Amino acid sequence: MAAPTQDSNSWRGPRTGRPGSGRREAAWGEVSDQLDDWIAIEKDESVTAFSGKVELGTGVRTALAQIVAEELDVPLERVHMVMGDTARTPDEGYTAGSMTISGSGTALRKAAAEARRAMIEMAAERLDAQINELRVREGVIAVTRQPERSVSYAELMGGKSFELQVSDKTKFKEPKDYQIVGKSAARADLPAKVRGEASFIHDLKVPGMLQARLVRPPNPAAKLISVDADSVKDIPGMVKVFQRGNFIGVVAEREEQAIQAAKQLKVKWQEAAAYPNMQELFTTLRNQPTEDQALVEKGDFNKALAGATKKIQATYTQPFHAHASIGPACAVADVQGEHATIWASTPGPYPLSGALAQLLNIPAENVRLIFMEGAGSYGQNGADDAAADAAILSQAIGKPVRVQWTREDEFIWEPKSPAMVMEVRGGLDAKGNVAAWDYQVWSPSHVARARFAGQLVTAQLLSGQAAPQSRFSFGAERNAPTNYAFPVQRVTVHYVGDSLLRASSFRSLGGAENTFANESFMDELAAAAGVDALEYRLRYLTEAREREVLEAAAKRAGWESHPSPRKDKAEVAEGRGVAFARYENDQAIVACVAEVQVERASGMVRVKRIVVAHDCGLIINPDGVKNQVEGNVIQSLSRALKEEVKFDEMRITSRDWETYPILTFSETPEIEIVLINRPEEPAVGAGEPSTVTTAAAVANAIFDATGARVRQIPFTAERVREGLGD
Amino acid sequence: MSDEIVITVNGKRHPVQAAADTPLLYVLRNELGLAGPHYGCGEEKCGACMVLVGAKATQSCKLPVSEVGQTRITTLEGLIEEGELHPVQQAFIEEQAAQCGYCLNGMIISTAALLWKTPHPSELQIREALDGNLCRCGSHLRILRAVRRAESLLIGEEG
Repeated sequence: MAAPTQDSNSWRGPRTGRPGSGRREAAWGEVSDQLDDWIAIEKDESVTAFSGKVELGTGVRTALAQIVAEELDVPLERVHMVMGDTARTPDEGYTAGSMTISGSGTALRKAAAEARRAMIEMAAERLDAQINELRVREGVIAVTRQPERSVSYAELMGGKSFELQVSDKTKFKEPKDYQIVGKSAARADLPAKVRGEASFIHDLKVPGMLQARLVRPPNPAAKLISVDADSVKDIPGMVKVFQRGNFIGVVAEREEQAIQAAKQLKVKWQEAAAYPNMQELFTTLRNQPTEDQALVEKGDFNKALAGATKKIQATYTQPFHAHASIGPACAVADVQGEHATIWASTPGPYPLSGALAQLLNIPAENVRLIFMEGAGSYGQNGADDAAADAAILSQAIGKPVRVQWTREDEFIWEPKSPAMVMEVRGGLDAKGNVAAWDYQVWSPSHVARARFAGQLVTAQLLSGQAAPQSRFSFGAERNAPTNYAFPVQRVTVHYVGDSLLRASSFRSLGGAENTFANESFMDELAAAAGVDALEYRLRYLTEAREREVLEAAAKRAGWESHPSPRKDKAEVAEGRGVAFARYENDQAIVACVAEVQVERASGMVRVKRIVVAHDCGLIINPDGVKNQVEGNVIQSLSRALKEEVKFDEMRITSRDWETYPILTFSETPEIEIVLINRPEEPAVGAGEPSTVTTAAAVANAIFDATGARVRQIPFTAERVREGLGD
Repeated sequence: MSDEIVITVNGKRHPVQAAADTPLLYVLRNELGLAGPHYGCGEEKCGACMVLVGAKATQSCKLPVSEVGQTRITTLEGLIEEGELHPVQQAFIEEQAAQCGYCLNGMIISTAALLWKTPHPSELQIREALDGNLCRCGSHLRILRAVRRAESLLIGEEG
């Protein structure tokens, strides 16, 4: 199978005179309107497309290439993507929030359409023909009736600059004419990875590169008392024990020497408590001062609740979760005087380059940040911090340095997905309808990206200063409101200032936790009303497109209508549950049905089958979307069933795969996916939406099977057993 | 220093410069320049670093290079014969069985070892054989389909 694109985002450096140099003064979120920043036609008939977004393992490299190939009318394999290099690509901020297709995809689509339009005009002149007499096939423009009168893109523009602005007026192709977009395309990066070719930041080798490991304090509150550099001087190849503040790195010629030095180095720390008491986590979280935001206020909740026939209330909790990337963070830096080249698997090459310039105290324009793929990150893991570690060590030594975090470094120091508390109250009228709905969530910010040096662990260890308190709080509001048309409802977010453990973005931000609470509570109301869970949801969904998704999932799952619980008295009880959400309330629409078995004696849950119906508007790459949905379901199931970061006041105790287990092959259910394509609707992201519905669908299925309601993630056997009572 | 250590990797003999207790992984990656096996945990708990030692899928992140002896080592790169992908590698591409692909090395090595020993494994045998290989992106079902496809591609080869 031919690779449709190839990774030209290598470390061989930029080609000279290359258009597409992205070092423009663009604020975050403002993208360049210069055509040459996005598209270059090469002399060999290939096309280079530049994106400031990066490949985080979701396959956007391939999807973006599809968009460019489609709009330009060139074969997919001729499009080469260059992504996330501050010397070559536009500034597109962070790759996050399932926005690559809608953001970079739209920009590239416009640029490709503009380039095509411009080249057709040139061809008309060159061929002495009218524009409407011309057609484009595979990058060749020809007179329709005399195809021998033709000129290729490369003949017109190979190696040249367009020097044009992308206009908003250029017409796009009609979706009905699509040949490449909407069809499954093989992942461009896969053949090299299957062959074991260097593909990841971990595989990068720079001439003269030294190897480093870090020696971290036991927790962020510990202070260095002493470090004995002599304790490693017998290790051959030792280059340096670098210490400043609480930051220690050992640098050696060979990797195994650096590993040995990190183990052997004698360091004394003055220890201090750094974390809250885990038993009281949710109380501690909730008792903080909050900044409150009312997201929805419709009707008079208190009055409606007072008039309700039945009133119920439930509290749901979400512990800290680890991103737990399979490959711990790695980065390479080459800092020479006032100039730095840094290779990192960061989701935000431009913002990170600014933060690193601050850290290194050199001008921002002297820092070149080159993205290279890491292991899947699903948000902010240790990648940015490792880049800073490498930069500091390289600056100290004056040679290129590669830093590899250990598994334990990653578990302890990566920012976690924050802990949250969700409290929902509801009232039913005499007919069992929702008379009042009140949703409250307590959460720290889900985003603490490294826009400034102070947000990097490296900077905190160097200076002994804690991370600056985030001045804005973001993410807890995501999917806090539902799309249900309740007559009276109130939704309030209580932003708490202190995340207690370092926290930052994880796939969907608060979307997954809020949907877990909303959709569990919807189920509790349906059960209180004695109504089937699917039917109950459909009562409150008014938009046809949303209803269709929910109905499609139910149909594929073979949904049997009955009020929950089933009162299955079997030793292994079986049940099914449903959950629905529209991501960010106006993006992709997802419905999930889970089928579970619960072993009464132990409380153990086995998920047998999961069905997802998914509408993300126009689908660019159906197999790519399916791959994302499968991944979302499995990862979110792992989080719901098994995952919880454990800690005591002195240590994070989840530090390896035994203390933080994730879902295995034996535990993976069957997954069936119904994709609903809407060619006339905008393409919205598919990287996150289907992560939000799994936990509630499973919790609801456990309830259907047994009558036990689990409101705490993860749904461990003990918790389910406890819920069973008897 | 004692006698020079020589290991056989992908059909070629390599004298080793690293100290005897160096884990095989770092010799493969840094001395032999192989990028197939990856560091994942350093504790033999995730499978990212797997190689075939003889016909057995083995984690290389702790195994001292001095203990390998004469046993032939095959890495992901070594599964390719005369430029042709191994049927297991081919199957993983055909099933698009990856997201980030960091765990792919271990998945392919484990599958190759399984199908060598058990050409027609049951579903349970496949899942159990892969339980030591962790994937965080959630590509499990694609990987299971890739194992089945590899099984049939291998039959095709025999036939």
